Amino acid sequence: MGEFTQPLMEYGSIWPLFVVFGVACLGVLAEAFLPRGRRHVVQLVLAVAGLLAALVGTVLVGMDLEVTEGGAARGLFGAAGAVAVDGPTVFLWGMLLVFALTGVALFAERRLESGVSAFAGQAAALPGTEAERRTQALDHTEVYPLLMFAVTGMMLFPAAADLLTLFVALEVLSLPLYLLAGLARRRRLLSQEAALKYFLLGAFSSGFFLYGVALVYGFAGSMSFAAIDEAVRNDTENRGLLLVGIGMLMVGLLFKVGAVPFQAWTPDVYQGAPTAVTAFMAAGTKIAAFGAILRLLYVAFGAERWSWQPMLWVVAILTMLVGAVLAIVQTDVKRMLAYSAIAHTGFLLTGVLGVQGASALAEGQVTSLQSVLFYLLTYSFATVGAFAVVTLVRDSSGEASAMERWAGLGARSPLVAGAFAFFLLSMAGIPLTAGFTGKWAVFTVALAAGAWPVVLVAIAASVVSVFFYIRLIRVMYFAVPEGEVASVTTPSPLTTAVIVVGVVGTLALGVVPGPVLDLAADAGQFIR
Amino acid sequence: MSDVPWLSLLVLLPLVGAVAVPFVRGSAALTKQVGLGVSLGTLALAVAVALQYDVDGGMQLTETHDWISAFGVHYALGVDGLGLLLVLLTVVLVPVVLLASWRDDEGYLDGGAQGSPAAFVAWTLALEALSLAVFLATDVFLFYVVFEATLIPAYFLIGGFGRAGRSAAAVKFLMFQLAGGLVLLGGVIGLYVVSAQEGTPSYLLSDLAALDIDTAAGRWLFAAFFIAFAIKAPLFPVHTWLADTTERATPGTAVLLVCVLDKIGTFGMLRFCLGLFPEASQWATPLVVVLALVSIVYGALVAIGQDDLMRLIGLTSLSHFGFITLGIFVFSSQGGTGSILYMVNHGLGTAALFLVAGYVVSRRGTASIREMGGAEKVTPVLAGLFLVAGLAALGLPGLSTFVSEMLVIIAAFDYAWYVGAVAVTGIVLAAIYALWMYQRTMTGPTVEPVAAGVRTSRDLSTRELVAVAPLFVGLVLFGFYPMPLMEAADPYVGELLEQVGVSDDPPEVGAPAEAEAHSDSDTAEEGEN
Repeated sequence: MGEFTQPLMEYGSIWPLFVVFGVACLGVLAEAFLPRGRRHVVQLVLAVAGLLAALVGTVLVGMDLEVTEGGAARGLFGAAGAVAVDGPTVFLWGMLLVFALTGVALFAERRLESGVSAFAGQAAALPGTEAERRTQALDHTEVYPLLMFAVTGMMLFPAAADLLTLFVALEVLSLPLYLLAGLARRRRLLSQEAALKYFLLGAFSSGFFLYGVALVYGFAGSMSFAAIDEAVRNDTENRGLLLVGIGMLMVGLLFKVGAVPFQAWTPDVYQGAPTAVTAFMAAGTKIAAFGAILRLLYVAFGAERWSWQPMLWVVAILTMLVGAVLAIVQTDVKRMLAYSAIAHTGFLLTGVLGVQGASALAEGQVTSLQSVLFYLLTYSFATVGAFAVVTLVRDSSGEASAMERWAGLGARSPLVAGAFAFFLLSMAGIPLTAGFTGKWAVFTVALAAGAWPVVLVAIAASVVSVFFYIRLIRVMYFAVPEGEVASVTTPSPLTTAVIVVGVVGTLALGVVPGPVLDLAADAGQFIR
Repeated sequence: MSDVPWLSLLVLLPLVGAVAVPFVRGSAALTKQVGLGVSLGTLALAVAVALQYDVDGGMQLTETHDWISAFGVHYALGVDGLGLLLVLLTVVLVPVVLLASWRDDEGYLDGGAQGSPAAFVAWTLALEALSLAVFLATDVFLFYVVFEATLIPAYFLIGGFGRAGRSAAAVKFLMFQLAGGLVLLGGVIGLYVVSAQEGTPSYLLSDLAALDIDTAAGRWLFAAFFIAFAIKAPLFPVHTWLADTTERATPGTAVLLVCVLDKIGTFGMLRFCLGLFPEASQWATPLVVVLALVSIVYGALVAIGQDDLMRLIGLTSLSHFGFITLGIFVFSSQGGTGSILYMVNHGLGTAALFLVAGYVVSRRGTASIREMGGAEKVTPVLAGLFLVAGLAALGLPGLSTFVSEMLVIIAAFDYAWYVGAVAVTGIVLAAIYALWMYQRTMTGPTVEPVAAGVRTSRDLSTRELVAVAPLFVGLVLFGFYPMPLMEAADPYVGELLEQVGVSDDPPEVGAPAEAEAHSDSDTAEEGEN
């Protein structure tokens, strides 16, 4: 019997995580004990305060990270080695919390549905029944704790330093999202179908992931990334276990980011989920999952680069092509944005393929990690903003996501259409928008690593994707409206603020990306 | 040298104008007046810049600031001979276009509802600002950014104003340009990687020109840059967007596109293809020369067969851009200087042709040549200007286009006799399309206009005349006295050729040109030879 040693928690560095988790639990209590009328305000205040506190905490933690490994990385392991708080983690936490705040703002929007939120009054009431009609005026406030739980998972996901924590984080972030996806007030069947699809496929991919965890454990004899790295460098036996394990783990992770061939859920879920949820999870899941992919591949499997890189080449190429080509034939704005999200996953994977270590690069040259972190930020600003605009464009049956309803929007609501066009241009990668800077960064690191065929495909996919973004701009500005058209409902300041944040972020990162790029460079490498 | 950031001001003024114009309260006329005022102010600034320019060459009035240090990107502007001429061309053409398009918002042919006048003025000024930035940028990344950004105002100008089918034309235009732009992005990224391998990554032209790029990488990068500029210019076989665009857009927009924006293509070939990849440029010369020759002949032949006036003029530009490209890629001081002069003169001549043709079209109510005829009897002034503009297109001695065309053709003959021989057919074909166009639209029995209520008989108004007058003055002035243009172009071409590693005898350039400049009769004789 060994002596009991107290695990080293390092609360001083991981407390932002606990703040979010604690607030989520408080939210559940509030839901149980408060009268219905007060819940909305209390939940909203709780969520915003929790996220802000965590954001401040993240900044504080980030400012006094200790330098390790001769200056290449900064940070420490907390929770007995299960959580790595380093530069990239802090950067990702910051992004996640900012976009969680925009998510809360969109969740709290009640002016668009004339006084109630965009979530079903009671999720259990069957669509079209008396029970649904009776509960229609109710406001669903469990969404806030659900969001906070999801944020907890998202923050833990890229920080996880062993496979088991990674799996727990995956489930903690996924389960609330499955629920949230099914809570739409309008088009409830579509929403519930989306939730079910997401859940089934997600559960399936989690199974793969868990199997991969077991196989890699079988190879390395440890769950921790550092020990796996050690084993990858030294062991030559049982490589089959390792390779199949990496493949299985990647199935789970690539499912989360919606990479081909695991993209099938994306359009359905993006379309069916309440748009506020879509906005939140499009940004949040991608940030968290790419953080996890980067840490897993670079830290645990960094020495096995030559095994996973060819696979990632193929996945990146397929993802870009499938996303861009299928987006062309979409007639629904939300589905089009979903396919565009798939294409962007491909662009992000292109960045993952880049050179890992700063030592292999020239002084001041952009690193792979830096480029992906930056791209995630640019993509999230545009995506959250774009989905926020989608919530505003409505007709008599709620949100009008059919593209032909958007005809002539540029003339009817120049500001909203202008903002949306700006987001589309950013996604298309037009210079002076954030999207261009991001694309430049990920393409550069891939080219510097010699992945020129992937860059060529990325450029071709960009050309194709420009076509469908421009088509929507053309519909808004130059198409003659026919039949019923959608108009813009004036939102509360909450949604307006989200759109403004999106526009400002997209513009700032396009025109003066320097400070944020430097910040991403300062984040340094992952600690090992 | 003073500390005033002249070039930044030059870019900023129209940009501020573009942002401010939509907020002008009051009548549409006031909006247009403000726009015209801003463009004239920009012209004045550009003249001030030109007065400070030292004709000995080199980058001048440079401004360099770090922009995105992580990418090695600078906000760097500077002007040399090539840049100066194109800047001046741009600032002259914009007020001309604004004045000539003054009443286009009342409707243009079958175009239906047009965008607001404020939008036209704002997008035009935005296009001016971005184009000026393109010609002044001395950092490749900055160049790329503004190069792509010009497409946004161009897209809205084409899509918002003009004839039926314009929004499809706008999409086609944008797709072609963005495809080229993304290929160029590949090249720009490649430059960064190459530059990073040498040490500190930097996008400054001066740093990049000093790079020792290995042969294979240089050729790939050259290909990326050249494809983008060939689409922009345009060259055969990536020209198909051109005619659709000029047909559906208003004449003013067509001028901005063909006379300003397309110049970026040939400008880029000189500055980037030759300047950064001299070895690859020479390696690619045979292919480029063939493409240029095909463009010259094909563009002219197809132009002859057109029934739509605006389409016809658009296609003549394909032929002209073939000449410009040919002059660039024969690597001689005649060819280089000729090309630069050609860029300026084509800007003046084709702008005149587009705008005057626009006057004709708006009077006839159709752009179909078949439905015109006999207009010279009722509108003699208009017909006269149309004839002069047409003659400029075919390079009549005494008009400035002749000088540049001659230089390019001489250079082509020096390069290889058969190249010169093919290029010369372009002149013959130009005579056919220009004169036949005039004959079919202006001579013969007067045809009644198609659309009811169109006043065919009204000759040019003072506004219309004043608008195009600077172009005709320029055509004649530089036809007899091209020295100012040559003085700006010669040192630039000399430096460029030195960098490429081709040496020829610079005085030879000056001599025939001066002869043309000083004696009208000499010029005429040469033309007949």
